[in-house]
Amino acid sequence: MARVVVLGAGVAGHTAAAFLRKWLGRRDEVVVVSPKPEYNWIPSNIWVGVGLLKRNQVVFPLAPVYRRAGIDFRQAKAVALCPEGATGLAKPHVEIEYTSDGKAGQRDKITYDFLINATGPKLNFQATPGMGPEHNSLSVCTASHAEEASAAFLEKVERMKRGERQRFVVGTGHGTCTCEGAAFEYVVNLEFELRSRGVRDKAEVIYLTNEYELGDFGMDGMHIRSGGYITPSKIFHESLFAERDIGYIKRAHVKQVDPGTAQIETLDGEQREVKFDMAMLLPPFSGVGLKAYDAGGGDITERIFAPSGFMKVDADYTKKPYEAWRAGDWPRTYQSPAYPNLFAAGIAFAPPHPISRPRTTAGGQVISPAPPRTGMPSAMIGKAVAGSITDMLRGAGSPTRTASMAEMGAACVASAGANPFTGTAAALTVFPIIPDYEKYPEFGRDINYTFGEIGLAGHWIKISLHHLFLYKARMRPGWAMIPE
Amino acid sequence: MSEQNNDLTAIQKAHMKAAFFATKPTRGTVFLRTFIPWQIWRFLRINLKMMTIIARSHRPR
Repeated sequence: MARVVVLGAGVAGHTAAAFLRKWLGRRDEVVVVSPKPEYNWIPSNIWVGVGLLKRNQVVFPLAPVYRRAGIDFRQAKAVALCPEGATGLAKPHVEIEYTSDGKAGQRDKITYDFLINATGPKLNFQATPGMGPEHNSLSVCTASHAEEASAAFLEKVERMKRGERQRFVVGTGHGTCTCEGAAFEYVVNLEFELRSRGVRDKAEVIYLTNEYELGDFGMDGMHIRSGGYITPSKIFHESLFAERDIGYIKRAHVKQVDPGTAQIETLDGEQREVKFDMAMLLPPFSGVGLKAYDAGGGDITERIFAPSGFMKVDADYTKKPYEAWRAGDWPRTYQSPAYPNLFAAGIAFAPPHPISRPRTTAGGQVISPAPPRTGMPSAMIGKAVAGSITDMLRGAGSPTRTASMAEMGAACVASAGANPFTGTAAALTVFPIIPDYEKYPEFGRDINYTFGEIGLAGHWIKISLHHLFLYKARMRPGWAMIPE
Repeated sequence: MSEQNNDLTAIQKAHMKAAFFATKPTRGTVFLRTFIPWQIWRFLRINLKMMTIIARSHRPR
């Protein structure tokens, strides 16, 4: 009998736990540790944030789903990892602190044969003074944040109906942010809703981004075959903003957010203030701050985790210039080089380097996007790690499954207005996610598998995915047949 | 909003300049984006393309 512990119940952790339960024997235990009691289908938070969906339409309680599936769920946060065991408990274990009502603050130790770190990111609002829902800006990173953004948005709509002008600033709240795709989705949905509600003429909408060019999305942009040309994504992004009269400030780092004002600096050194009535600014991500100790109680956090707090896996972390980056630097099995029974999945693994070219101001402030790890690759990584662990428990000496972001594509549907007849969404695919200039010397990606198109069909796909992936996450009959 | 006017004008001016040089869709393109029969065809076509990418990404290596 073996026990596999999964830290985190987001896309990667939940997928890994579900497949482990499906593939492992009934005598084997699957334990999921997550500080939140609910699963959140994060891509649909965008629609909560503009008042189109309610919170309960994008979340569901995990406990009944795990009970039905035979997964041991602990509502707790991991606080310390002891991969060699410790005095008094020789087996590798993780120390947890419960967050559920009635047990909050209580600590426990869970031993494991294998552990998957899928904790996702810490939303690092502290990186920019004054940023975040507790201070002067909003967010759509969690369902609760999105609900708050929705309330603020609807209040602004009422003001506009009374004749007031309002300025909306949407984007990234720090020079090192990732998830530009989410900020893009939110700004175009917000603009669409302003039109739908008949107040667009009273609003100024501004997109504030750390991207060097629009359409970078932390992936160094992409090239798409269109109208007889191979066209960079920047062209499509600029076109959409021009069509919808969305202003933009690119290459920007937010230094501070005061009530109604964002202090920013741009890559060329310009310092300025951007006034707003409502700001939705995404935070940068970091690891959750899990500490690790060896058998003697010595701190081995730096051995297992990168300085960012994300876990080191089988990637090439050698520091090298942008020109020397290779697709092969990216991890394939997500196994820790320090402990073979330790894996990371989803956002929790440390990328070897960004995908977009790094840029800094003369003063040393980094203003370039961090690499995104969206739903599809996160789920595929979770599934591959679950497969490897299953095989290793059956006798394989090393991981058997791979899910390199340099060998997989991603399909992404970015909503640009939610209405079954007049809405649109940008349907995008890239292959591979990490540009591979050795295989595809000109553009780094296979142009036959990289495309983008905006239209109502994209919105229908987005709606279908919302229902399909929530169905899958609820582990309803046939869930495993729905691809990641 | 009175204190925003100067800043607003600066951003709007920059945006108007950028928008002038941006590619704009024709009326036909905009029409097709929500023209149901065309979009039903695109729905099938895009799904097929996405499934191809997904299948290629899931191919064992």
